[in-house]
Amino acid sequence: MLHIYCPHCCELREEEEFHAKGQAHIARPLDPDNCTDAEWGNYVFYRKNPRGLHHEIWYHSTGCRKFFNVTRDTQTYAIKEVYKIGEQPQVVAEG
Amino acid sequence: MSQKNRLQSGGRIDRSKALTFTYNGRQYKGYQGDTIASALLANGVDIVARSFKYSRPRGIVAAGAEEPNAVLQVGATEATQVPNVRATQQELYDGLVCGATNGWPSVESDMMGLMGKVGGNMMPPGFYYKTFMYPQSMWKTYEKFIRMAAGLGRAPKEVDQDEYDAVNQHCDLMVVGAGPAGLMAALTAARSGARVIIADEQSEFGGHLLSSRERIGGKSAADWVADIVEELASYPDVLMLPRSTVNGYHDHNFLTINENRSDYKGDKAPADQVRQRMHRVRAHWVVLATGAHERPLVYGYNDVPGCMIASAVSTYINRYGVVPGNKLVLMTTNDSAYQTALDWADAGREVVAVVDTRAKAEGDLVEAVRKRGIKVITGSAVIEVSGKKRVSGVTVAAIDAKGDKVVGGAQHMSCDTVASSGGWSPVVHLSCHTGSRPVWREDIFGFVPGPTVQKQLIAGGINGTYALEKVLAEGVEAGREAATRLGLTAADVQLPNVRSLSEGKAMELYHIPHTKPTSRAPKQFVDYQNDVTAAAIELATREGFEAIEHVKRYTAMGFGTDQGKLGNINGMAITAKSVGQTIPETGTTVFRPNYTPIAFGAIAGRNCKELFEPKRFSAMHKWHEENGALYEDVGQWKRPWYFPKAGETMQQSLDRECKAVRESVGILDASTLGKIDIQGKDAREFLARVYTNAWAKLGVGKCRYGLMCKEDGMVFDDGVTSCLGENHFLMTTTTGGAAGVLEWLELYHQTEWPELEVYFTSVTDHWATMTISGPNSRKLLAELTDIDLSNDTFKFMDWREGSVAGVPARVFRISFTGELSFEVNVQANYGLHVWEKLFEHGAKYNLTPYGTETMHILRAEKGFIIAGQDTDGSVTPHDLGMSWCVADSKPFSYIGKRGMMRSDCVRKDRKQMVGLKTKDPKVVLPEGAQAVADPKQPIPMDLLGHVSSSYWSANLNRSIALGFVKGGLERMGETVYYPLADGRVIEAEICSPIFLDPKGERQNV
Ligand SMILES: [Zn+2]
Repeated sequence: MLHIYCPHCCELREEEEFHAKGQAHIARPLDPDNCTDAEWGNYVFYRKNPRGLHHEIWYHSTGCRKFFNVTRDTQTYAIKEVYKIGEQPQVVAEG
Repeated sequence: MSQKNRLQSGGRIDRSKALTFTYNGRQYKGYQGDTIASALLANGVDIVARSFKYSRPRGIVAAGAEEPNAVLQVGATEATQVPNVRATQQELYDGLVCGATNGWPSVESDMMGLMGKVGGNMMPPGFYYKTFMYPQSMWKTYEKFIRMAAGLGRAPKEVDQDEYDAVNQHCDLMVVGAGPAGLMAALTAARSGARVIIADEQSEFGGHLLSSRERIGGKSAADWVADIVEELASYPDVLMLPRSTVNGYHDHNFLTINENRSDYKGDKAPADQVRQRMHRVRAHWVVLATGAHERPLVYGYNDVPGCMIASAVSTYINRYGVVPGNKLVLMTTNDSAYQTALDWADAGREVVAVVDTRAKAEGDLVEAVRKRGIKVITGSAVIEVSGKKRVSGVTVAAIDAKGDKVVGGAQHMSCDTVASSGGWSPVVHLSCHTGSRPVWREDIFGFVPGPTVQKQLIAGGINGTYALEKVLAEGVEAGREAATRLGLTAADVQLPNVRSLSEGKAMELYHIPHTKPTSRAPKQFVDYQNDVTAAAIELATREGFEAIEHVKRYTAMGFGTDQGKLGNINGMAITAKSVGQTIPETGTTVFRPNYTPIAFGAIAGRNCKELFEPKRFSAMHKWHEENGALYEDVGQWKRPWYFPKAGETMQQSLDRECKAVRESVGILDASTLGKIDIQGKDAREFLARVYTNAWAKLGVGKCRYGLMCKEDGMVFDDGVTSCLGENHFLMTTTTGGAAGVLEWLELYHQTEWPELEVYFTSVTDHWATMTISGPNSRKLLAELTDIDLSNDTFKFMDWREGSVAGVPARVFRISFTGELSFEVNVQANYGLHVWEKLFEHGAKYNLTPYGTETMHILRAEKGFIIAGQDTDGSVTPHDLGMSWCVADSKPFSYIGKRGMMRSDCVRKDRKQMVGLKTKDPKVVLPEGAQAVADPKQPIPMDLLGHVSSSYWSANLNRSIALGFVKGGLERMGETVYYPLADGRVIEAEICSPIFLDPKGERQNV
């Protein structure tokens, strides 16, 4: 069970308090109506499944109800960093 | 029966406290401090199991968690049955009842021999694999054997009366194992000021020191342990957990410990005590000091009762005062096992010989054995055991220096016990739980924990360190390192003086050669529980299964309740040798939680029965109870399903409730609908982005129905949202969807549109909601409210604030039944009062309470959807025939708009929701039935869509259904067929989903 630091509560809390919401940094296209089906399909359906570092959104659902980003190693489950929505990761995969 | 193998003195048992227990229906005596295993051995009980494949008699092999054979069924009553109890770990108590595991009627009897042979022949290696490859017809033949193999014991048929609980713990340092390394680590950390938890699976701290005759710091090992334990107990921040197995090591230093609180006291937990407790520990640092398990050697008929692990023999002698035989032959590849020969001789029984596989034996312990006049035969091995129900002798032969083949003539020796030692395997299981792969150490012939991302340290046997002085030093070092990493000043701990022994180099040997090739030699068992032999492993590799994980699945090695603790390394070694690889090349197996089997009760803890899941009740629940409601679970809510009157069938109740609403007035408890209060200057804009329809012009005092889609254009929730103020709205959601909708609103607000000023608050529980529906609803409500209810001033889809039954209320004129309806919302704690007032005044109108089922029928008569029943994540608003609820002219590209425009979503032949009238009006279509155009077509048929809602409508005196049909909106009047599993075919006509009052006149009166 993961131990997750909520950057809003500024505390480590048990995974049970959170929901994982999948890949982070997927911006909604500003003009959806002019997206091609392929562009829109990429936005809605296509997700990375990396072995290693993954930037993902978590929701402190039974805590502060805030969303934030987590950089997590999908192999070791080590959490490398947490950062707020709108911020960029400091720990990124090579290449 | 007397305890013929019990020594007069010595050990940690209390001879003044005799205990009586029953094993396989017979009474035996033991002492306080015994395990079942030590007591059985004291009484000379040799056979504790029959092997599941060959039905061979099996005896006790080990003294701890690694025991593969003495796995018993314990329990004096049906409710207290516990399967798969390791006799080596279950402490004896007075009155304990146990028996050999089910599946075989008698372990003593040879009756099963025949069946065993059948099993043996029918279950060659590769059995599991081949079973799944073969045609299904073979399954029935195999099934009974599979069942026997799948679970060794049986679950109780009655409910366990004991309680289990769980505790969350936090500490600086979690020390796993209270042997010499663990004790030193804990002591050092405690002296440094750390908050420490130290757990050990045994009844007392000390690990192998409990069965050791070493002296530490001038004291007996036991006294030394007692002093350390006393000091640890003096620290308020040290928690000591004996009888506590650390069963799981999970991510981020989370450990689960199963503490046995009273299993050792009796068949049932004493009053007001729990049986077991789960400690859920989050530790800053972890020291694994789990020690090592001795490996038995693999030799011919090494499973005959009387064949044991050398260290286990010493444990029974030194800790329990039990010598498990009279004449011992000891076979070893190393020096440490010589201690067992000394222990045996000191117990006054005969050591026939020590057979050492090494050409030379010359350590301090070897010399001590020689000095005692015990025969030491070097360069040789026990290649075969004789005896059926107990060892009667051994065949010893000279082997070559590599241990590959027999090189000398064989000699026979009579004995009743064979102790063997192939060296030690560090107990790396816990470090593997977190995904770390162990690494092979050539110098110790064993796996040690590999690199890990956990804040984990190791000390002692787990690290391949076995000499006591080094073990103690590693314990101190681990404690100091943990303290330092925790930011504490590491305390100095003086290492006690211990005997230092010179040791000869051990020999790497697992599988003892025989004069015959392995395939024809007497069976050489690797995994006792699954009857896996060296020959079976070689066969597996010959058939092409070379990776250890494949060999495991092919032979079932390591699949038993012991999870291969004893046989894993031997199996890997034999596999590796067979394919000409090294052990690390062959690969390591993966260990997963739990380390030892655990009761379901301990996992469930208090979260069972009434406390299994939280229940949510509306404010009117008491009334529902008193009026005989039956309930439907919706999420965690208990919603009245219907209110049967005496003697009514369910259908009769529903017919009565449905008619009451359409003919006079009914009332529904709608409190469970999700309610989200939305405020902020951009609230209106936000609503426009998350609903498919328009919100810009919704005035204060007005309500509007809305659909929500995900980005893919598929409907996921719906509900009515009302404008409470220019920047203030109240959104309602489905009962089950409330939490998901709130999370989704927050997601978009926080991640996509943080610039919008809008706030969401769940107010579901704050309001009690009652829907009064039917032609007399206005008359009834008028008697209790100051709100002007006239159709001109309080229009359909308006809401008003006022008082109802003397309390402040919001009344919404919305309708899910198609009837004139008023939804009354009052503060939750007034709910029951208002509800009861309505009934006081409603009697004259035959005010009828109705539940969710009637609500479903009434809305289906009107063709209103239920999100989650008529939608399943693959349905757009257009598919539902609800294009009227889509406003593509909105300036912002709302969620779902682009999705609905995808080429796949604009196909004309999409499955679309329609009404369905069965040709025979009395027949109700089953929900889930699939439509076809031609029921005579061959299977698989071309399916057109499913029935999503289907009911008997008392108001229409016929069945009605909603369902999906490809291109259905264009197929009004056409016929579709529903072939059912029972062979019937139901014919139905596609029609409008609005079966009643298509113009909507009834709600506008
Ligand atoms: Zn938080």
